[in-house]
Amino acid sequence: MNITIAGARLIDPASGLDRVEALHLAQGRIAAMGDAPQGFVAERRIEAAGLVVCPGLIDLSARLREPGFEYKATLESEMQAALAGGVTSLLCPPDTDPVLDEPGLVEMLKHRARSLDQAHLYPLGALTIGLRGEVLTEMAELAEAGCVGFSQANEAVADTQVLARAMQYARSFGYTVWIQPQDPHLSRGGVAHSGPVSGRLGLSGVPVTAETVALHTLFELVRTNGCRVHLCRISSARGVELLREARREGLPVTADVAVHHLHLTDVDIGFFDSNCRVVPPFRTQRDRDALCAALADGTIDAVCSDHTPVDDDAKLLPFGEAEPGVTGLELLLPLTLSWAQRQGVPLVKALSRLTVDAARIAGCEGGQLAVGAPADLCIFDPGQAWVVSPSSLRSQGHHTPFIHREVLGRVKYTLVSGRVVHE
Amino acid sequence: MRHPQLNEHGELRHLLTIDGLPRDVITHILDTAASFLEVSDRAVKKVPLLRGKSVFNLFFENSTRTRTTFEIAATRLSADVVNLDVRTSSTSKGESLLDTIDNLAAMNADMFVVRHAQSGAPFMIAQHVGPGLHVINAGDGRHAHPTQGLLDMYTIRHFKKDLTNLRVAVVGDILHSRVARSDIQALTTLGVPEVRAIGPLTLLPPGLKEMGVQTYTDMREGLRGVDVIIMLRLQNERMRGALLPSAQEYFKHYGLTEDKLALAAPDAIVMHPGPMNRGVEIESAVADGRQSVILSQVTFGIAVRMAVMSILAGTR
Repeated sequence: MNITIAGARLIDPASGLDRVEALHLAQGRIAAMGDAPQGFVAERRIEAAGLVVCPGLIDLSARLREPGFEYKATLESEMQAALAGGVTSLLCPPDTDPVLDEPGLVEMLKHRARSLDQAHLYPLGALTIGLRGEVLTEMAELAEAGCVGFSQANEAVADTQVLARAMQYARSFGYTVWIQPQDPHLSRGGVAHSGPVSGRLGLSGVPVTAETVALHTLFELVRTNGCRVHLCRISSARGVELLREARREGLPVTADVAVHHLHLTDVDIGFFDSNCRVVPPFRTQRDRDALCAALADGTIDAVCSDHTPVDDDAKLLPFGEAEPGVTGLELLLPLTLSWAQRQGVPLVKALSRLTVDAARIAGCEGGQLAVGAPADLCIFDPGQAWVVSPSSLRSQGHHTPFIHREVLGRVKYTLVSGRVVHE
Repeated sequence: MRHPQLNEHGELRHLLTIDGLPRDVITHILDTAASFLEVSDRAVKKVPLLRGKSVFNLFFENSTRTRTTFEIAATRLSADVVNLDVRTSSTSKGESLLDTIDNLAAMNADMFVVRHAQSGAPFMIAQHVGPGLHVINAGDGRHAHPTQGLLDMYTIRHFKKDLTNLRVAVVGDILHSRVARSDIQALTTLGVPEVRAIGPLTLLPPGLKEMGVQTYTDMREGLRGVDVIIMLRLQNERMRGALLPSAQEYFKHYGLTEDKLALAAPDAIVMHPGPMNRGVEIESAVADGRQSVILSQVTFGIAVRMAVMSILAGTR
């Protein structure tokens, strides 16, 4: 279908484009900006004055819960949530049940996603069988089946020899290893940031050293084996400092932060609010400020939702027993916009962290507005306020610390491959 | 955000923690307890304040002693007491905590006395129950044991009168102790100028400084000149998690002995929340010595729990 989007502010972070202009789509791709190509007849015209058109968002971590946890969420429900959030590509970590450690499972998941024909799904394969940190997966086979990288999700590889070998093996094929830096021993049993709040509430703590010790190990391994590593969910100021040094040194490392970590701290746990139970834990205001600044200056490359739908039975429990994770696909854009506003970051740069920067890490298509690029688009009203509530969320997971809060920025249309899939 | 233990008028509806409890509320509870103390000395040990009310003891973690003191307190207020060993009933059959609470609330309970192994569980229950119900935290994880904190304050006030010129030391496994947290919060709220925590660094939690506490790793130094010593129970499982090497070494450095006690003020009192491990954290000569007020704590505990129950029952 040929579509013309008229009157919108087009923002392409990749090229720095930011102007009001018409956008013409044909055959699933961007056909032209400004004047329509000769002979172009629009079958649909979207009047978008006052709205922003940007490349569809790329979420570096969204759990869709399939296979294995269909009672928490399904591909159907979470794809809807993604599109409602303007997300057109998502990477899903391998911590499903069974774990994504076999090519057959990856093919099945890709097939399920293709038959739904909504957002693009890019699975991350397991780095080790069952995420147990013992035996390497068939990475080349998994890559052939569609995996774009190899991850341990929230599990650590406790055995450093296995970690080193997994990195060497991945490096042989040029794959990126995705690691959430958290020392499994130092974080054992911990449910909240180790500090005055956890001390007062009597919650067992995850110290900052759990992150920094893991980062030191990873950087030293990268130095020797040259494997490209993507660090998932940096959570501390000290972690940011180490990352900054590593990048200055030229190590092939990238990093992301979860969008909720740009806003909340351990103080938000309040009276044991299990909606604030996340991995890694919310840390102090100083840590949060460092994360915000690092995302602004590019030390942290991208921001993701770390979307994790959790069912009531697993969340409505005392803090320490509640399953970690919050729903986030639909809050990714508004929460990134409010970070940008608070931080004084221009809109173009903020959207960069959700599009082209994420695409570069994922190695996937999309993330830019250019003639010939896939017409994956997010069209949003940056000024529209809305209140987060269970009924305003499409995700099957309704647990988020932002519930009942007013946020700014509402997605009006989402297009995937030139089709309007959400409006 | 309103504290979940207060109602919209700022009155105490539940007792969940000492943290954030205003000084005058604590003082009111202690004063009320004083008036109940003589009830226990009467031939007929009962007052009719809670007649017709049902108090449910919900112990998700077992403790015969604490449960018994609550039971005695409720009975002396003429309430009906139902003891539920929740551990062995519904929850082990897979029923969720809130389902259990809903079912018991439907039996027209007026008050839940809750003990749970998870920090914060009583908050969840208090935020879930309907308006007519009161929740008392009888110990949650490492977080709080507010009635123990209050009875410890009662004991200190009884023996020391003025709290605003005292030095108090809390000794032992503070990391895992809900009693220590409630005691520290009560002491600082009541204006005790110097609260010390004594223990090896593996047993001192983060954030003690923010709670207004000075820490000591050398017990002899920490005890010097103190007026009150609160000893904490050391659990055997602490030897397993690489927190301590042995009970023997612990006793040598952090056990309260007569010679260490001699470093404190001559009229210092020795307290312990019980049950004691003689020879691990405290030597018998001290536990049974003239400075020990450990059994007074137990007696005062009944009066303090009666006071808490009667005050809550009077709040909408």
